[in-house]
Amino acid sequence: MSAISLSAGAGAPDSPPKEAAAERARPRRHRWYRQPALMAGIGIIGVILVLVIAAPLITPYNPDTPNFSAALVGPSAHHLLGTDQLGRDTWTRLLYGGRVDLHIAFLAVLLPFVLGTILGSVAGYFGGWIDMIIMRLVDIVVAFPFFVLIIALVFVLGPGERSIYIAITLVGWVSYARIIRGEILVAKRQEYVLAAQSGGLSNLRIIGRHLLPNVITQAIIYAMSDIVQDILAIVTLSYLGLGIQPPTPDWGSMISNGQNFLTTHWQLTTIPGLAVVVTGLGLSLIGDGLADLMRPGQ
Amino acid sequence: MGRMTFVFRRLLLLVPTALGVTIITFFMIHLIPGDPARTILGIHATPRAIAILHREWGLDRPLVDQYWLYMDRLVHGNLGTSLYYNTGVSGLVTSRLPATLWLIIYAAVLGVIISVPLAMIAASRKDAVRDHVVRVVPLLGLGMPAFWLALILQSELGVRYQLFPVTGYGSGFFGHLHSMFLPSLTVAVALCPVIIRSLRASMLNVLGADFVTTARAKGVPGHRLFVRHVLRNAVIPAVTVLGINIGFLIGGTVIVEQVFAIPGVGQLMINSIFERDFPVVQAVALVFGIMVVLVNLLTDVAYAALDPRVRFDR
Repeated sequence: MSAISLSAGAGAPDSPPKEAAAERARPRRHRWYRQPALMAGIGIIGVILVLVIAAPLITPYNPDTPNFSAALVGPSAHHLLGTDQLGRDTWTRLLYGGRVDLHIAFLAVLLPFVLGTILGSVAGYFGGWIDMIIMRLVDIVVAFPFFVLIIALVFVLGPGERSIYIAITLVGWVSYARIIRGEILVAKRQEYVLAAQSGGLSNLRIIGRHLLPNVITQAIIYAMSDIVQDILAIVTLSYLGLGIQPPTPDWGSMISNGQNFLTTHWQLTTIPGLAVVVTGLGLSLIGDGLADLMRPGQ
Repeated sequence: MGRMTFVFRRLLLLVPTALGVTIITFFMIHLIPGDPARTILGIHATPRAIAILHREWGLDRPLVDQYWLYMDRLVHGNLGTSLYYNTGVSGLVTSRLPATLWLIIYAAVLGVIISVPLAMIAASRKDAVRDHVVRVVPLLGLGMPAFWLALILQSELGVRYQLFPVTGYGSGFFGHLHSMFLPSLTVAVALCPVIIRSLRASMLNVLGADFVTTARAKGVPGHRLFVRHVLRNAVIPAVTVLGINIGFLIGGTVIVEQVFAIPGVGQLMINSIFERDFPVVQAVALVFGIMVVLVNLLTDVAYAALDPRVRFDR
C-alpha cells in the first residue's frame, strides 16, 4: 500500500507557492515516469511477468506431476505455499498458472482490439448505412451481459482455449468499435483530414495513416481494463470447468480445486485469487495512469 | 420534440435490438460443432431422440424457416422444452426470476450505500490523500473474481463467525434480507468501483458550478452544502451509470448464485450447462438480453422524466 502514499506525495507537484516553480513543475507531470499510478502499475505487472516467464528457473518442481506422499502439506522451506491434494507444489502451479492465464488474456485482447478498431473506423469515417448496420450490431451484442454471453458461447463451442478466443472476440469488439467510432467522428472534421482528402489520398490511407494514429490512444487505454475483464472471464470459465482443462494449471481451476479444503488449507484458494486481484490492480493502475497522461490540458 | 415523442422513438429503437437478441440466441445452436442434436443429446442420443429434436427445431429445413419456427414459439411464450427437467423452459425461468431480481436490486442498493459516502470523501478534497485512497482501493474490486470473493466471505463471515447463512435464499422479507446479504455484497463489490468513479467525477463537476460558489459565499456549512446542493445534483449521472451497467450487474449474479446456491436464473443457467441442457441455456441468454434492453429503456425514460434539464433534440 506504499504506492498510495507515494502517489499522494508525487501527485501534487503544484504545491510550491511560487508560480514560477509551479510553471516548471507542470510539464514534468506529463512525463510518463512522473505518473505514480502508471509507475506502480508497471512495477506490479513487471514483477508478475518476470516471475511467470522465469518460472522454470524459479521453481524446481513440475506443475503437473502429482506426488501423493506429500499431499496437502503446509507451507515449508521445500514448498513455499504448501501442496495441493495431489501433492503438487502450490507456488509452482501459481507461477505456471499465471503463465497460462496471462498468455491467453494478452492474446485474447488483440483480436477484439483489431476487429473493433477496423469496424469502428469504417463506421465513423464513412457513416451512412454501413455505420447504421455496425452500430445496430453493437447495440445487440451490448444487450447481453458480458459473462452470460461468454459462458453461453464457450458452452456451445465446447470447452477449451480456442473457444475462449472466439467467444471473447465475438463479444469484446463492440467496446473498441464504439470508442474508435466516437473519436473518428470528431477527428474526421479536422483540417488535416480535409487536407488529406483534397490531396486525393485514398480513404484507406487516410484512415490508416492519418486518423488511426490520432485516435488509437483511447482504445489502448480501454484495452488495459479489458485485459482485466478477460482474465476474470478466463478464470471464471476455468472455475466452472469450461476453460483451461486439467491438469494444465490456471488460477481459476486452482481456486476450484482448493475450495473443498478452504477451512483447513486456506492458502490453496486464497493465494490464486489474490494473484488475480493484484494482476487486475496493476493493469487498472496502468490504464488510469495512461488516461491521466493522455488527458489534454491537465 | 416532446417527452412522449422521445419515449415513442426509444420504443421503436427497441424493436431492432430485441429482434437482434433473438437472432443471436437462435444462431447459438448453429455454433455447435457437428450435428447439434447429436452433440446436445450426447451419450443418450438414440436415433428416435435425434429425430424428435430435428423435427422440433426444424433442423432439416432452411435457416429462414428455422428462425420463423423459433420466433413463432417465442411470441406464444414458449421458450422450448428442457432436456433435463423435461418441462417447459418458460415455467422454469419464471419460477427462478424472483430470487435473481432480489439479488440484483439488493446488490444495487448495497452498491449505492457503499459508494456514495466514499465518493463524497474523495470529492471533498481533490488530490488529497483520502482522494487517492478512495480512487485506488476500489481498483482491487475491479479485478476480483466474484466466485473467489464469495468463497472467502462464506468461509469467514459464514463459517467462522456464523454471522450469515452460507447458502440459500431464506424465506420472508427479512429472511431474504439476511440470507442474501453475502451474495449481494459480492456483486456490489464489483459494482462499487464503477459507481464511485462516476459519482466522484460528477461531484467534482457540480462542486465547480456557480451555484455552489454562491452557496459557499452565502455561508452554507460544508456538510449541508454537500448533501443539499452537491449530492442531489450528482446523483442523477450515478443512477444512469447504474442503469448502463445493468448488464454487468446481471452477469455478476450468474456465478454468485451458483456459489451461494441461490435458486435463481443464473444458477439455472450454470446447472443446465453441466447437464448440457441447451434449450435452457439459450432461453436464459435470451431472457437476460431482453431484460437489459428493457432496463436501458427504463433508465432513459426515467432520466428524461426526472431531470427537467434533459432536452430531446436527439
